[in-house]
Order: sequence, then C-alpha cells, then structure tokens
Amino acid sequence: MNIRELKGRKEALGNWGYGDAPEPWQLGLQDPGCYLMEDIVQFHDWIMYILVLILSFVLWLIVRALTTNSTNMYLVDAPVIEIIWTLIPAGVLMFIALPSLKLLYLMDEIGEPALTIKAVGHQWYWSYEYSDYGNSTVEFDSYMIPTSDLNSGDLRLLEVDNRLVVPIHTQVRVLVTGADVLHSFAVPSLAVKIDAVPGRLNQTNFLIKRPGVYYGQCSEICGANHSFMPIVIEGVAMEKYTNWIGALLSE
Amino acid sequence: MSEEIKVETAKFDARFPNTNQTKNCWQNYVDYHSCVNASGEGCEYYKKVFQSLCPVEWVSNWDEQREAGTFTGKI
Repeated sequence: MNIRELKGRKEALGNWGYGDAPEPWQLGLQDPGCYLMEDIVQFHDWIMYILVLILSFVLWLIVRALTTNSTNMYLVDAPVIEIIWTLIPAGVLMFIALPSLKLLYLMDEIGEPALTIKAVGHQWYWSYEYSDYGNSTVEFDSYMIPTSDLNSGDLRLLEVDNRLVVPIHTQVRVLVTGADVLHSFAVPSLAVKIDAVPGRLNQTNFLIKRPGVYYGQCSEICGANHSFMPIVIEGVAMEKYTNWIGALLSE
Repeated sequence: MSEEIKVETAKFDARFPNTNQTKNCWQNYVDYHSCVNASGEGCEYYKKVFQSLCPVEWVSNWDEQREAGTFTGKI
C-alpha cells in the first residue's frame, strides 16, 4: 500500500482514523461506534485477562510436574485439592457469565427509539425504508460499487452507491427482514448482527456516539453474490439527517 | 423542509417485547383496518405505527389481499 492509497484510506475511514471497517489480516475487534460496543470490547478484554491468568497457571503446573524430582508415588485421593479445583473454576465461570448475561439483555433493550429504519435483504443487495413520515416513505436500494468503479482510497467490496444515513446520539430501531432467502444485517462497530428472515421482522437497535462511516457485510450465506452486498451506515448530526431526509421526502 | 421533519416513531409496545416484531406490525395493520371499518375515527395512531413497522412490500401485499377478499386477518 503506497502513501497515496494510505491517505485515501484514512479519508475513507471517516477522516478521524477510526477503524470502522475491516483491515487486511485484522485480528482484533473494530473500533466501537456505540456505547454498547465499548462494553462488548471491555468484556472481551476481561475474558482475555482471565484466559492469560489460567494459561499461565496451567503452564506453570505442567512445567513443575515435568521437571520435579519429588513425586508422590502413593497418592490415591486428595479431597481438599479436589474441592479447591472445583470451586475456583466455578467462581471464574460466574465472573464471566454474569457480565455476559448483562450485556446480552442490554443488547435487547430498545428503550424509546426516535427513528425506525427497515432493512430488507435481497439477492444480492440491501434496500432501506424510512417510513416515520406519514404517507410518504423514503425507499432506496443499496448496491455495492464494483471494483472497477472505485475511487482512490475507497474500500474494495465495502462501498455502496446509497448509504444508510442515521443521526448520531439518537436511539435507532432497525427492523430487518428478507425478501427471498436468509441474509444477516451486521455492522461490527455498532454491535449489530441480526438475521434477515423472509416473513419475519427482527428488531435490533443502536445509538451511534460519533459521526463516521460504519461498514458491515451480509453475514448469512445467501447465494452467489453473498460477498458483494455490504452495508454502509453514515452517522451524521441530527440537523444533517433532517436536511437529508427532508430533501428525499420532497423529491 | 427540515423544520417540518419531526423525528419520532412507534413507541415500545409491551405486548411485543421480543426481537420478533412480526406480530406487532400485523396487529397494528389489522387494528387500523378494523378501526376504520368500525368507526373510522381516531384510527390514525394504528396507521402511524404499522407504517413505521411494516415493510412496504408486506403492506401492499395485504392491501391487495383485502381488495381481493383473501386477507386472513379479522377486520
């Protein structure tokens, strides 16, 4: 990647240098774009911390057992140590399970949404509907931009022609369904991943905490072009959003 | 135009607390049309809710079914 491409890429990443899109050979999580995702990242780090403690301890035990000269040849049972090595892992599992459950239920909590967006998965594109505005509904399709039409710095297989524009600091309800087969609406930075099932409306929500462009992809194998139906969400200030939706409604 | 835009949507409905909101959309569509058939007044709330929740394609399908007399809901 040369410097020009790198610069273009930074611009594409919302000008702030946040990682709201996947990177080549990425191992970690993308940067959180909502408060819930921050909690999820923290939870991930907490589990990793426990994992390192356990791995180090077990490794130390193995090394000790293999290198020691003093082996108890007549050991048949040891109730005290057995109670200890049952209770400590049970305690550790509790410390993982409780915050996990808390997050799970928080993710389902939609609060009082200010805006409803409908995302419909098609073979192979997403279409979006904004219909909180009486009889006039804003409806559009969002197709991937083919590699041959990309500008310098655009993200390959991730850019779309029409982005989903949503206001930041606003509770947004997303209703997801499929028009033909199973799809899945997923945006890692916003902690959203929900199946799009034909005949069923699935509800999820997010509250974006900073302006930016958030990238996601269809995450349920849905046919030949499954890899080519990305999701792009543009988080903007409320005023910009009302201008944008106002312009579309008056068209 | 932006002054006229009111950012509000269907409120949380305790009858439908789950991820699956299919019935929420359906119930409000049915309630709106039974309300119109019964009195025709004060039905706007249901309309706002089902318009916010239901995909446009579902609504147009159900509208066609109502016209053809094949709609399965009791309205």
